[in-house]
Amino acid sequence: MATVEGKNTSLDRTWRYALLIIGAVIFIFPLLFMVMSSLKPDQQLLSDTGSLRAFLPVGDISFDNYFGAFRRAPVATFIFNSVLVTGVTVVLSLFVCSLAAFAFVFMNWRGRDFVLAVIIATLIVPFETIAIPMLIVVNNLPWLSGDGVTLGWLNTYRVQIVPFVADGLTIFLFVQFFKDLPRELIEACRVEGATWFQIYWRVVMPLSGPVLATGAILKFLAMYNQYLWPLMVTQDEGFRPVMVGLQYFFQLNPVWGELMAYLSVITVPVLAFYLFLQRAFIASIASTGVKG
Amino acid sequence: MAATPTRLLSSNRAGWAMAAPAVALILLFIIVPFALAFGFSFTNQRLFSPNPTQWVGTANFERLLGVSTLTLEPERDASGAVVLDDDGQPEYPRLRGYTRNNPDYPHLQGKQEWFSFGWGESRVYVLANDVVFMKSLRNTFLFVLVVAPLQGGLALLLAVMINQKLKGINFFRTVYFMPVVVSIVVVSLLWRFIYAGDNGLLNSALSWLTFGAFKPVDWLGNPATALPAIIVMSIWQAVGFHMVIWLAGLQSISPTLYEAANIEGASRWQAFRYVTWPGLRNTAVLVLIVITMQAFALFAQIDVMTKGGPVDSTQTMVFQAVERGYRKQDIAAGSVISVVLFLIVLTISLVQGYLTLEKK
Repeated sequence: MATVEGKNTSLDRTWRYALLIIGAVIFIFPLLFMVMSSLKPDQQLLSDTGSLRAFLPVGDISFDNYFGAFRRAPVATFIFNSVLVTGVTVVLSLFVCSLAAFAFVFMNWRGRDFVLAVIIATLIVPFETIAIPMLIVVNNLPWLSGDGVTLGWLNTYRVQIVPFVADGLTIFLFVQFFKDLPRELIEACRVEGATWFQIYWRVVMPLSGPVLATGAILKFLAMYNQYLWPLMVTQDEGFRPVMVGLQYFFQLNPVWGELMAYLSVITVPVLAFYLFLQRAFIASIASTGVKG
Repeated sequence: MAATPTRLLSSNRAGWAMAAPAVALILLFIIVPFALAFGFSFTNQRLFSPNPTQWVGTANFERLLGVSTLTLEPERDASGAVVLDDDGQPEYPRLRGYTRNNPDYPHLQGKQEWFSFGWGESRVYVLANDVVFMKSLRNTFLFVLVVAPLQGGLALLLAVMINQKLKGINFFRTVYFMPVVVSIVVVSLLWRFIYAGDNGLLNSALSWLTFGAFKPVDWLGNPATALPAIIVMSIWQAVGFHMVIWLAGLQSISPTLYEAANIEGASRWQAFRYVTWPGLRNTAVLVLIVITMQAFALFAQIDVMTKGGPVDSTQTMVFQAVERGYRKQDIAAGSVISVVLFLIVLTISLVQGYLTLEKK
């Protein structure tokens, strides 16, 4: 741990804490405002913005807005959809991307370097620029179901999951991690007669805890917070995730307290999850940077 | 002997098989849509249209990017003196006379004024085929040029702050990073209450700090403040992410270098300038590239907060691409913007890559 050393007089120390606390206030006040406002009736919510009361649980405090939010929109459905889509995508993504990275790092096959270069190059394509043609692609994809082959993926779970299973960043993270594993280990396993999949599953995966955590956290954040794509592909309420569900709080006599309650419901669990695992979260972001 | 490990590790069929799922998915969901966007940008493709799609060559690009200038002399009266209007400004001929069915100026047909400036007595008009897109181009570049250095710099400052040996520093690190895990859509909605014109939190705070002297501003409703307001909020949301990347860079610098600097009697600033900064060069490049990429994709904030307004002061390229390609179902128009955006991002990453290679 390299730390900038300085003369630690008590005045100096006070200044440092003062700066740190100002920073903390700046980063925390909108979130505090959200939670506190969710407990207040609209009239008080709006008048409180004129004073520090906006950040305090004072006045007419209740959970009415939460009941109102659940009455206004199928909130439970939205949460279920988000959790399902995010969870399935994270698991599939870790599997598919680590498998590919394993092949890129440990195996020799024709076209390997070219394919990897193309995958890394996709990192500079902003998703928003291909969202519209992607809509056309998914609209024309077939799917085999009980009623035979159907065309078009709109208003399904798979349209929110499958396109995001493989991505350049996750593959890149695994490639970087695998490069540091000892190659002799893999070679020894081959000599012993292990199959490639056995080496991947029994040897490499058990060593990959840190990179699995990194990949899972980054994918989780990206998927749970997705906005544009689910907006485009879920016209059917039954498949909508939480971010698209926000629309319900702007239609028909919006109640700001209910909006705040809904924002709290979809945000606070993620924040709690983050606070619980904050070391892993921060380490995961940091590890994307160290290698460059 | 040397060939043995290579042979052991080489396996064409197994290698392809293991990479195949990821390669197929990336092909189908990134490369095909990308190729389609390129293709559509040369056609008149719409989402639903009774007419067959036609190849239109580069017409879409011309319609999007066409810019001309027109220099106009002020109107003069019979004696040759410049005619002044009621405000004492020179009067110029009407632009409409040049941009509507004027056989002498066919290249100005249909163009509109983007902006103009005085040049001696005459006035130079910059005319564009697609003024809204030009504004979105300008706003996007402005956003990137402000956000990249500001967010990168603030993130470094925060990283240095939380890299101190102080009790409870972990708490501050956790708090500074918190907005990163909150969706930008949620953040944008919350900040609408901060920026509200009448009793918003920001106006209340500023009025309190100035003992009531501050006049409330409708931050998102005023063309002069809307984009800066979005810039500040975007930095607030994302700065913790880059702080952590900087922090990793800071912690990779060997402590012995600081001890040496200390022995040499270096000041805190000198230690930063000659030990910390050189050790952060690679991190700096990474942070800059990542922020630039994210900044070019500016969309959700605009969609939630301003929809491009007021008077197009917060139009951005991605917002326009989605607006035209999806909401107006003009796929060709959306694709053209996507291609232009991609070419800009590609150019910038090539330049950045080239500059980094030079340094190494």
